[in-house]
Amino acid sequence: MTNGWNDIANADVILAMGGNPAENHPVGFRWVMEAKRNRNAKLISVDPRFHRTAAVSDVYVPLRVGSDIAFLGGLIHYSLSKKRYNEEYVRHYTNAPLLIREGYSFNEADGVFSGWNAETKSYDKSSWNYELDGQGYAKIDEKMEHPRSVFQLMKHHYSRYTPEMVSKICGCSVAEFEKAAELITSTYTPDRAGTIMYALGWTHHSFSVQLIHAAAMLQLLLGNIGIAGGGLNALRGHANIQGGTDCGVAYHNVAGYIAMPKSDQTSLKQFLTAVTPKPLRPNSMNFWSNTDRFFVSQLKAYYGKTATAANEFGYQWHPKIPQAGTGYENWSWGFLFDAMYAGKMEGFLNFGMNPVSNGPNSKKAIAALSQLKWMVVAENFDQETSSFFKPEILATIDKKPADVQTEVFLLPAANFAEKDGTFTNSSRWIQWKWKAVDPPGLAKPDHEIIARLFLRIRELYQKDGGKFPDPIVNLNWWYSNPVEPSLDEVCKEINGWDLTTGNQLEKFLDCKADGTTLSGNWLYIGMYTGAGNLTQRRVNTDPTGLGRYPNWSFNWPANRRIMYNRCSADSKGKPWDAKRPTIAWNGEKWTGDVPDYKPDSAPEQGMGPFIMLPEGVARFFVPGQFVEGPFSEHYEPAESAVVNPLHPKTSSNPLVRRFSTPHDKLGEAKDYPIVCTTYRLTEHFHYWTKNNPYNMEIQPEFFIEIPEELAKDKGIANAQMVRITSARGSIEGKAMVTKRIKPLDINGQRVYQIGFPIHWGFLGRGSQKGSLANLVTPTILDPNSFAPEYKGFLVRLEKV
Amino acid sequence: MAGSTLELKRISAVSTAPPGVRETTVVSKYIDTTSCIGCKACEVACQQWNDLPPEVTVQFGTYQTLPDMTPSFWNLIRFEETEVDGAQAWLMRKDQCMHCADPGCLAACPAPSAIVQYVNGIVDFNQEHCIGCGYCMTGCPFNVPKLNKTTSKVYKCTLCVDRVSVGLEPACIKACPTGCLQFGSKPQMLHLAEQRVARLKENGFANAMVYDPPGVGGTGVVTVVAHGDRLASYGLPRDPSIPLAVTLWKKPLKWLGNLGMIAGVVVAGLHYLKFGSKPEPEAKEPEK
Repeated sequence: MTNGWNDIANADVILAMGGNPAENHPVGFRWVMEAKRNRNAKLISVDPRFHRTAAVSDVYVPLRVGSDIAFLGGLIHYSLSKKRYNEEYVRHYTNAPLLIREGYSFNEADGVFSGWNAETKSYDKSSWNYELDGQGYAKIDEKMEHPRSVFQLMKHHYSRYTPEMVSKICGCSVAEFEKAAELITSTYTPDRAGTIMYALGWTHHSFSVQLIHAAAMLQLLLGNIGIAGGGLNALRGHANIQGGTDCGVAYHNVAGYIAMPKSDQTSLKQFLTAVTPKPLRPNSMNFWSNTDRFFVSQLKAYYGKTATAANEFGYQWHPKIPQAGTGYENWSWGFLFDAMYAGKMEGFLNFGMNPVSNGPNSKKAIAALSQLKWMVVAENFDQETSSFFKPEILATIDKKPADVQTEVFLLPAANFAEKDGTFTNSSRWIQWKWKAVDPPGLAKPDHEIIARLFLRIRELYQKDGGKFPDPIVNLNWWYSNPVEPSLDEVCKEINGWDLTTGNQLEKFLDCKADGTTLSGNWLYIGMYTGAGNLTQRRVNTDPTGLGRYPNWSFNWPANRRIMYNRCSADSKGKPWDAKRPTIAWNGEKWTGDVPDYKPDSAPEQGMGPFIMLPEGVARFFVPGQFVEGPFSEHYEPAESAVVNPLHPKTSSNPLVRRFSTPHDKLGEAKDYPIVCTTYRLTEHFHYWTKNNPYNMEIQPEFFIEIPEELAKDKGIANAQMVRITSARGSIEGKAMVTKRIKPLDINGQRVYQIGFPIHWGFLGRGSQKGSLANLVTPTILDPNSFAPEYKGFLVRLEKV
Repeated sequence: MAGSTLELKRISAVSTAPPGVRETTVVSKYIDTTSCIGCKACEVACQQWNDLPPEVTVQFGTYQTLPDMTPSFWNLIRFEETEVDGAQAWLMRKDQCMHCADPGCLAACPAPSAIVQYVNGIVDFNQEHCIGCGYCMTGCPFNVPKLNKTTSKVYKCTLCVDRVSVGLEPACIKACPTGCLQFGSKPQMLHLAEQRVARLKENGFANAMVYDPPGVGGTGVVTVVAHGDRLASYGLPRDPSIPLAVTLWKKPLKWLGNLGMIAGVVVAGLHYLKFGSKPEPEAKEPEK
């Protein structure tokens, strides 16, 4: 979240799209209800289903699964064409006035950007960039009138997204769209704030990154980024998934969102040069110019005393991603299981995951696991992955236990309530939680299991040597109890300290590039300072009355509650809205929330408000960071019931990542005419709670939501058993015939949509019957984030 | 530790009057159906606090947990899909005992002390005195009490009388994440409800209303509904009252019954005076 949960109570308009927060975030949804109760805020729900959030919304708009970019593009067009945008904000805080190189264009008929090579199906992105002056700075037209200014290019790009076109692609009526658009864009005035809440309904697409880009563009036009009650708020799907991403759980980042070194970056210097951006505007703070401090301090945390300037602080021991073209350059989920399927992997350590259930295309995952020699699963319940060799699960790929040689070790692991530690929530609060009960039996916390494994492996390397023992034997394992490292000590290390004085680091720039400081994750500096472990702080005073609670736990970055908050004030430093100030310039410094800015830089100096970007301003036009275009464009899901009305020639994302095993089949609309999507329920948590009698009581069985009209066509009665079949597989479940999903008219074609929740499978209480949702989903990946397209694929439906 | 309650009469060596409840408060739940998201936290909280075992349920084509409340499931959110003026609606209402000021169950109950009403308005069942006759079920205009056929006792929501009497809110209220459930004195809850209804009317819900039916003397559950013209969609009776049979039986007919009983005794007495006791049948000669 750019803002935080509590801040949603400050909004006037709340757009819940690509998510069903009432269903999946019922506790956080309190803040939406507070905004509605106390401010008479309006909640708009845009979704294929009339769901729990829609039930309490003021405006509901139906749309087809996967047509969200068209809807957002329509809002961008509505805002621009009706002059419903904050012009001063757009001029000073975004790249709208910057000029783009000659040669950039978008081919409207073909649906591709300049630089497209149809043969190699790839882009030469060199034209997607700023026109630079002699000093390397982007050229600017303050009036935003230059035909190659981002503003004019954007206006032109989205001129195709008229309300009629939105209706044609999304299936909502023009009137429904315009009613929502009027309300959403009403927040362009300084006295109104609008927020967007989204979740996996946006991230589970083959164009997910561009979808969020479109939402960010809309919020920037309306001046909603950085202000109280505004922002673009990602609702994270697990208690600590934010902490996971912050601390480098994704294969292509190390902790603190620094790129993972690649094998062709052979020296520390070469790596740092490649990942440290140069300023693109004279007034840009370009905070990433400090990457060397952050990364060297992290290397010191990894390798301790053995990391010295002479050995590049252990850079040569650091893992590196193999070069492109080796077949080992991508270790995101889909690629990992593809490699496993191809027999490229011998073993697999699986912590806190149930890939057979929660990954896409379960059959492929089961087949992949059966290629392994060994697998270790640390879990608190037996689950589909640790039991993939059972006859009923192997039957899905027509195999028998005797066909599989994988040796499986199931280690009992403590669950979240059975260990101390921190959760980083969607608001970016790093909050300590205390163990409620001891783990049962021999169950151990994950970090103890990992520590014990590490110590044994290190012993083997020390004793027997090996191919490359250095990264293992030099690892800084300083904890007072090496077998079960105290998580308080781990927090201390993540924050880091000064090796000369021994003092904990207090702020980002306390860390140094000369090896005299240590910090596990620069982004978390401030969580454990000289004042102690601030994640345990529980001061519930709210001096501003705006729900900011500055002394509650620790809020990365730098205990800042609202990110990009320089934008909450106008170019003179005066808050746009005096009733909801975030920061203000008092003549000497910025006061209020912790400024996302140089604290003493006067407004007249005109420093760019987006200090993490080399141009210092937010990007409508993304100069090359995304693979499929600088502006977001509507593409159809990889499996789509209709052809893209904008450009039939390039219907779906041309850079979508897919695989070629027999399990990676895609279906066509003639065989699989129904659009299908998957989701979670409030009654369950992922694949865990099917082991809990009360969760199973309130939502006992797998079901499929089917529109009344479709059920009538097929002669399906409520609660009758039905079968869904995709090109990958089929599952059976009870029909829930409902009025809450309507057939849509898409470009003159009637489209039916159905959907089902994911929470069942093979193991657990009650009636499971192998009703595992992901047996039918495809491994189709977004080319930027590599997130699978769980939402928006094709099936057929029949009575059992 | 002494002193942790308001129900003190005298305190040693303290000259001022002890703190206490000077005015009896009638309590009430507040249910705002317009901000309920149907999360069922209240359902599970009710079961856990009251130590009720999970029911074996099946998916029957709805998000609703069960078709109706059961002897061990006292708090049920009713889900209703409908259309209001051409727009889709999905109404959710938490159903449980309404704790009527004039409780039909209590009126109908023939077992001494099996149903009580506390001064704070809570209507509670004492299963140890319940005879399982089920009259309370016919007496309830909301169809709430449920008979457990194994134990032959009737059960329903207690409004967490055990929690409320030690100053805690009911379990369902505590579990509610959106604030659509609140708890307090009846006048306060009514005030809250009226404010909410005013806001709903301002937002275009002309038929928004507070449901606190006078036919049962008002209820210990104040419900806000957006569509007061469609109470049946929420599973709420428009004008609930104690069934006529129960009223007659407990008021005029009760005296008729008593009269009948007394008359029976009197007639029996007269019969005795006139005819004396029934003669012993003559003993038969034992067979030989």
